[in-house]
Amino acid sequence: MAFSFNESSMNEFHKWGKKFPENPEGRRSLVIPALWISQWQNGYISKDVVNYVAEITGTEPLHVWGVTTFYTMFKREKTGKFFLQFCTNITCTLMGADQIFVNTCKKLGIKPGETTSDGKFTAVEVECLGACGSSPTLQVNDKYYTHMTESEVEKLIAEFRGAK
Amino acid sequence: MAENKVILDHIDDAGEQAIEAYQAHGGYKGLEKAMKQMTPAQILDEIKISNLRGRGGAGFPAGIKWSFIKRDAPGPKYLICNADEGEPGTFKDRKIMTSKPHIIIEGMIIAAYCMGLDTGYIYIRGEFFEPYQAMDKAIEEAYSKGFLGKNILGTGFNFDLHTYLGAGAYICGDETALMNSLEGKRGYPRLKPPFPAQFGLYGRPTTVHNVETFAAVAPIIANGGKWYSELGTPKSGGTKLFGISGHVERPGVYELSLGTPWKEFFEDIAGGVRGGKKLKAIIPGGSSTPVLLPHELEGMLLDYESIQSKGSMLGTGAVIVFDETTDMVKVAYRAMKFYAHESCGQCTPCREGCDWYYDILGRIYHGEGRIEDLDTLEDLAKYIGPNTICAFGDAFVTPMLAFIRKFRSEFMDYIEKGKYGLQAVLDAEKKSEEINHA
Repeated sequence: MAFSFNESSMNEFHKWGKKFPENPEGRRSLVIPALWISQWQNGYISKDVVNYVAEITGTEPLHVWGVTTFYTMFKREKTGKFFLQFCTNITCTLMGADQIFVNTCKKLGIKPGETTSDGKFTAVEVECLGACGSSPTLQVNDKYYTHMTESEVEKLIAEFRGAK
Repeated sequence: MAENKVILDHIDDAGEQAIEAYQAHGGYKGLEKAMKQMTPAQILDEIKISNLRGRGGAGFPAGIKWSFIKRDAPGPKYLICNADEGEPGTFKDRKIMTSKPHIIIEGMIIAAYCMGLDTGYIYIRGEFFEPYQAMDKAIEEAYSKGFLGKNILGTGFNFDLHTYLGAGAYICGDETALMNSLEGKRGYPRLKPPFPAQFGLYGRPTTVHNVETFAAVAPIIANGGKWYSELGTPKSGGTKLFGISGHVERPGVYELSLGTPWKEFFEDIAGGVRGGKKLKAIIPGGSSTPVLLPHELEGMLLDYESIQSKGSMLGTGAVIVFDETTDMVKVAYRAMKFYAHESCGQCTPCREGCDWYYDILGRIYHGEGRIEDLDTLEDLAKYIGPNTICAFGDAFVTPMLAFIRKFRSEFMDYIEKGKYGLQAVLDAEKKSEEINHA
């Protein structure tokens, strides 16, 4: 099914449009914001999203796909409702993050990068989240959780499980 | 010597994000002074006198950077705040953005006024959604008070400021990659020259600074360049934010006068090694700066020159502390995983070199290292750093070589003892874990 912005996405897109020059170069600057807005609406960047973003930014689908694959935060497939992103870079690993990540995956019954069968959780390893002073850091969707331990993560997961 | 709070002043007060609280502590006084009492040339002089150097890692003098822009040249000119904070170990900019966003905005307006720039962007990494929201809110407040937009403070000067959200790419911390990203492209660094001052965003004159550099501008203008300069050393002016993390008693962001002795910072302010353990090593300025051993820290001062004289760099001021239980092979391997993931792939020596480094360090860590591996890494290094467009090649080769040179015996243990050596390490790890949990 073809993708297009709903009303609130379109409003957001117009808001971004005011930030850049009104010329083809300025419109191209909207590729990344348009991909973000699409991902917020659609959950991930599908081929239809790519075509749509190309159309509204006056660029080629190939260009948009190239941008999509360059940036790690653009998802190319659906993930769980709670996207658990474990930083395991130097400081976080010094503080035990690598073990927390591995054990959390085990407890969820998934391999790194996979989604639980109920579609609730996806667990991935990410690079430095820039919160080393309160490591280990876990990002769930947009939000940071700091000073993580295995039991803290377990508590969070239980909380999310109960959430609607 | 204690902390010296210029940027961090009042940062932990509740509500300091709001423009009223910021103004109550003298916020936007620097801007008023700059625009009502000073000429652009006088502002530039104060910045030069202040000795402010770029806080994003490279340490380029800000005053010189500003003087590259011709104020009266026609057409659009841009100002960019690099908030793509991603150097492992670094977490200072996030704190400023979430807790004191107006100090960044005020600095940017002064800079724009001084250089005659009409539009600004704050490029925030995609993971920083909360700081992004905080900046957006602060920008809105600044517009409503007339500090942004048309005819600022009645001077006839116009300046628009916008946020931009990255999407997960360490390389976009390179200013030319950042500009490509802002133009809606893959974040590939550009070949320099031409430099951004001639050919920047959309091919127009552009100045790019790190968050912390902009945050220092308003206090400099409010209190004078001389005042700021004297907070530091003759060559490294002012204060710098240091983020300390890892095996340290009191991790966090601290603001210190440049030239503060390392020992005082580490022992008195940050509380030394966590749990009374012995220090094994530190990384002084983010993962791209070479590791330093305890004996190299003797007499070291926290400024650009002193750290350089010890063979490393001040970088972003991101100190990572390793205690005696740290497996340095594992640290090097994990750091290399980061670089292999983040190389943008534009230049072959870096793209392939990263993977080779990662593969070789991986087989060493997994007990399958070969006796010639360390020499191979040394040899490979010669072909990477000098042959790439941006600094990324050097940024991983230099710290990796420091790891294998300074901890050669640990790497050799892994190689010579193979799986057996690994088992011993795993046992030791398990033991230390038990101790930590006890």
